[in-house]
Amino acid sequence: MIRSLLISVLLLGAVAPFAFAKEAQPAGDDPAVEQRLHKLSQELRCLVCQNETLADSRADLAEDLRREIREQIKAGKSDKEIIEFLTARYGQFILYRPQVTPTTYLLWFGPFVLLLGGLFLLFTYIKQRRDSVSEKPLSVEERRRAEELLASPSGKETT
Amino acid sequence: MLKYLIPLALFLVLVVFLAIGLGRDPHEVPSPLINKSAPAFRLAQLKDPSKTFSSEDMRGKVWILNVWASWCVSCRDEHPLLIEYARTGAVPIYGLNWKDKPEDALGWLAELGDPYVLSAADLDGRIAIDYGVYGAPETYLIDQSGTIRFKQIGPLTPDVWSNKILPLVQELNRQGTSR
Repeated sequence: MIRSLLISVLLLGAVAPFAFAKEAQPAGDDPAVEQRLHKLSQELRCLVCQNETLADSRADLAEDLRREIREQIKAGKSDKEIIEFLTARYGQFILYRPQVTPTTYLLWFGPFVLLLGGLFLLFTYIKQRRDSVSEKPLSVEERRRAEELLASPSGKETT
Repeated sequence: MLKYLIPLALFLVLVVFLAIGLGRDPHEVPSPLINKSAPAFRLAQLKDPSKTFSSEDMRGKVWILNVWASWCVSCRDEHPLLIEYARTGAVPIYGLNWKDKPEDALGWLAELGDPYVLSAADLDGRIAIDYGVYGAPETYLIDQSGTIRFKQIGPLTPDVWSNKILPLVQELNRQGTSR
């Protein structure tokens, strides 16, 4: 009884990998096309799950869009033409790296403007401080008091 | 005094930006198709696949294209409103049945009612890609010249219908008759 159970478990184990093998995505037949598709779709946002690339997403729409891109690659379209096709329909949002246009100037150059502004503020602040904290030598009275303080054993002010 | 006002002003600007950012729905991606001509298509009709429906058939009319599917949960929410709006006859509503099994779609219409003049079956979702659809329901208002004038992403609401779509429909119809 136990032996037959063991055998059936072993047999199941042997069959299981084939059961999973069916789940694999239907890969395209042309590796060059697939490579270009993968490269291109990593630059593209899946609109359903917005923090995923089109390459990684398993959403239905992503699959449709990958099929569309695959077909366009096979039809001999350039990457630029395919991206134009997609942005005409879904807008710049589909691009992980939006094009530099007047509407995206703030996005592209804003951080640098902030950085320059911050540096400017920092330098004016440092300069102001340097001007206000001028180094004056101690007067005789101040020097005497300082020595007294350093000399006192507890290091605390004794007066 | 100025020393405190500048950081305060910067902080307020930041608050305003963040408030606008929070109030926005990141799933609403503005469509680049607004005021562009609606992509042409010819598809089999859902109820009678031997007949076709084309965007060209609607030249000279103001109409609504509503993208729906039986698997789409929000479409079910939107559906009673569509039935109500179709009954008013303010503007003809056509359906684009998106990546649906025809038998499921027909069952859905039989169960819940059919607000559409007719539905076109976009079985493999190609036309939806042309229209930049990424989540049903989506609704397009298309004018006499075949230009998309308005797009609603997600279910229609009474507010959108009466404050955005109806005024636009009236204006377009007025322009259409005076021309």
